[in-house]
Amino acid sequence: MDYHAISSNFLYAAFVLYLIATIFFGATMGNKRTENVKSKAAAIGISVTILGFISHLVAFIVRWIASGHAPIGNMFEFISFFGMMMVFGFIVIYFIYRETTVGLFALPIAVLIIGYGSMFPTEISPLVPSLQSNWLYIHVTTAALGEAILAISFVAGLVYLIKKIDQTSTSKHTTWLEIVLFLLITTLAFIIVTITFNTTGYESTFTKEVAEQETEITYHMPILIEPNDAELVTDGVFTTGFEAPKWMQGEDAGKKLNTLVWSLLVGLGLYGIIRLIVRKRVAAAIQPKLDNVNLEKVDEIMYRAVAIGFPIFTLGALIFAAIWAQEAWGRFWGWDPKEVWALVTWLFYAVFLHLRLGAGWHGEKSAWLAVIGFAIIMMNLIVVNLVIAGIHSYA
Amino acid sequence: MMKKVKCECGHINHEGTVLCEACGKPIEGNQHIDGNDQNKLLNMRYDGSARRSQTYKRTFIDKTWAFFSSVKVGVWLIALALIASAIGTIYPQYMNANTPIPANQYYEQEYGITGQIFYQLGFHELYSSWWFIILIALIGISLVICSIDRVVPLHRALKNQKPKRHEIFVKRQRFFAETENVNQSERKTLIENLKKRRYKITEQDGHIMAEKNRFSRWGPYVNHIGLIIILLAAILRMFPFMYDEGYVWVREGETREVPTTNGEYYIENEKFVYETWDRHDDRFQEALKNEEFDVPSNFQTNAVVYKAKEEVVTGQLPEMEEVKRHEIRLNEPLNVDSYKIYQSGTQLRSEYGRITLSVNNEDGSSLGSFGFLPNNNKREYELNDGYIAYIDSYYPELEFTEEGPSSSSKHPRNPGFVFEVHNPNGDVEGRYFYLGEQIIPLSDDSVYNVDVEDTELITATGLLVQKDHSLIYFLIGAMIFMVGVAQGLYWHHRRVWIHPKEDGSLLIAGHTNKNWYGLKEDIRQAMSDTSLNLVKDQQEKL
Repeated sequence: MDYHAISSNFLYAAFVLYLIATIFFGATMGNKRTENVKSKAAAIGISVTILGFISHLVAFIVRWIASGHAPIGNMFEFISFFGMMMVFGFIVIYFIYRETTVGLFALPIAVLIIGYGSMFPTEISPLVPSLQSNWLYIHVTTAALGEAILAISFVAGLVYLIKKIDQTSTSKHTTWLEIVLFLLITTLAFIIVTITFNTTGYESTFTKEVAEQETEITYHMPILIEPNDAELVTDGVFTTGFEAPKWMQGEDAGKKLNTLVWSLLVGLGLYGIIRLIVRKRVAAAIQPKLDNVNLEKVDEIMYRAVAIGFPIFTLGALIFAAIWAQEAWGRFWGWDPKEVWALVTWLFYAVFLHLRLGAGWHGEKSAWLAVIGFAIIMMNLIVVNLVIAGIHSYA
Repeated sequence: MMKKVKCECGHINHEGTVLCEACGKPIEGNQHIDGNDQNKLLNMRYDGSARRSQTYKRTFIDKTWAFFSSVKVGVWLIALALIASAIGTIYPQYMNANTPIPANQYYEQEYGITGQIFYQLGFHELYSSWWFIILIALIGISLVICSIDRVVPLHRALKNQKPKRHEIFVKRQRFFAETENVNQSERKTLIENLKKRRYKITEQDGHIMAEKNRFSRWGPYVNHIGLIIILLAAILRMFPFMYDEGYVWVREGETREVPTTNGEYYIENEKFVYETWDRHDDRFQEALKNEEFDVPSNFQTNAVVYKAKEEVVTGQLPEMEEVKRHEIRLNEPLNVDSYKIYQSGTQLRSEYGRITLSVNNEDGSSLGSFGFLPNNNKREYELNDGYIAYIDSYYPELEFTEEGPSSSSKHPRNPGFVFEVHNPNGDVEGRYFYLGEQIIPLSDDSVYNVDVEDTELITATGLLVQKDHSLIYFLIGAMIFMVGVAQGLYWHHRRVWIHPKEDGSLLIAGHTNKNWYGLKEDIRQAMSDTSLNLVKDQQEKL
């Protein structure tokens, strides 16, 4: 068995262990179980989490040995590392606060993120010259760790909102919370759709003229949205005939939009089914399970995660990034989209801290900010890499 | 003349003070400033000190000061900068677009109507637009003013605070408890325990103040100073003595002046190394088989830097001495003096460095060969037996216009030249045109067969030259920022007051700027061996 396969197997193991740990953390919820059962479940939950983390770490190290460079060079590797750091952040926070609810949400979200990353090409690719620097390790690992700890703040914020928001009537708050949950479900839908069509081996091909050259575009999902101004060459496949709008850039714009529409539709389906089963808002269905959650503690975790994550993020995503950029290109700052979004993230959490420490924004307001902060981080990870081109678009 | 307010404890406070700096007694008539009149608890932000922004609100300067020192304004400025920054990434900035098309056409061509709007609004150069720079400058002003507005009075209040506090101050703290009939030994245990927890104890007339980590209060101001240094460094960088840069293309074998050094330094490109990843590499073959083009693994200029030994005459290379050899790669710039030279661009094998032609007699015997050097002004190349090849005309980048052959640039990307073979007497014995790696005889009586023996392509390397004395200031600013953030976030300023009353009871109050849970733990543990009442969080009752 080669290193690559060994690494993949350890990653699968981590994936499964995280899910098992989630179930045990789930058993610590609610009022019906005795304290004894709860504390046992918590102990098993955190042990399995640590086991999963170790397995994940082994996957990382083996892949490092296999490739000769730290596996943080492309989308799959980075997202997997980000997921691992999120679990690490949770483990640290758990030993400070012993709050199992955070695990109940952090682990499935980490699993979703790792699963999402696994949909990108997983082959080991070599490093292009600009990445051949020790600063790659220093910059990327610290930036990912900072973002992952900030993501724990989002998890705490989400727990806070699910427990706190009044679900007796529909309001702006309940709607936004449902949208957040819907987006998480859509990520799951994306993974399901991708795996499903990969296994069935669906393929259809378009030709499109790009820069006066005939280019082939291959779809791996049935056509809901065609590329703009392209010709379908595969015979006998279904198409809706809708085209991606012209203003969307890049030859793969249509393909990406097609994937997005599939994910949203299946996500909507999944969300609809859940609503049909529980017969109320998803957040309202979860709320009673969080009865004995201490809101003040969750609020504190939300702040603590930002207090730890913000300086690490500053160091990794701005300072180390600038030092490396200076060393590689002779410019420490170049207004590249990824850099700008790191700055946006930094400014946002600066606002978070000013409002919390200076203007007394605690609790619900703070929790919404934590959710928006995570959205910005995801924006930088997903949209900037896949939609906006820049020096980081190799990742 | 500033109006002073004298407290009953004798301390003289600045106008606008809310809580006496020394004893903490609320100063009459100023309680509305921090909203203390409606609350049971005292607002302890900045210890009730007199902030200029809250005190003077009449003149224009007062109003400006108050405007910039407001957290609300600061947050709005940051939020605006955040939104503006994000907008600038919708389409590429023109400087990053790498296009020869002028901006006024580029955005419309590439992105249609939305691109046109983006361009019209000036968003293609958003980060150097006047309004964005003003926005950043306003943030800078706000950083300075809000810091001074707070740090000066806060520092004064913490310096002037006395262990003996007014009863009202103690009772209106968030953590408070009263215990009756406390004996001396219990009091002592409490103080000893606080000492063990690294509180600094000060005493005045039997009143105790235990305090720790006051330095954490300066954290926000320290990190703001770091940011201000970074902004100042950015201003400094606009001056050429701090920052200068240039760009030079150097062909293999060529020596060029290093720009921005005023002819002091010269750089030679001895050889350019371009390498790609092996498609059969065990580790990467899975990934590489999907790649249409080879994936580069190295861009490298083998460079030699020379220093001029004499006064420079324009257009000529002066006498020089070698000062440095270095393989310049991405991530491995060359350092010489205060200059850094970066691998920045390549034109891979894009120009002809040598074109070797062989001249043969009709019977096949050789008259010799010569290597034409496109980048050299040499016109005569020697053949055998005193024969020479004479370059009559040369077109580096050949094209044909109505007036005949001409060149569209001075770079030998597609060289063409006309040459003659002269016998030892100087008679012309044939005229030939070299173009597109082929030879066309121009005269009917050409007696020689001329063949292209070899062509050699060379690479030009693009080098970025930079002198940047401002970097160190950015780094210092960033480090100060990090220190300030850690100082402010990871330590907490905690104070405990022990206030004996004449009837023998003891009032205990506590205050911290954050992490109240931690303070409560401190007090709980300090009281563990005593029968003192644990402080209650009075805010919860509200």
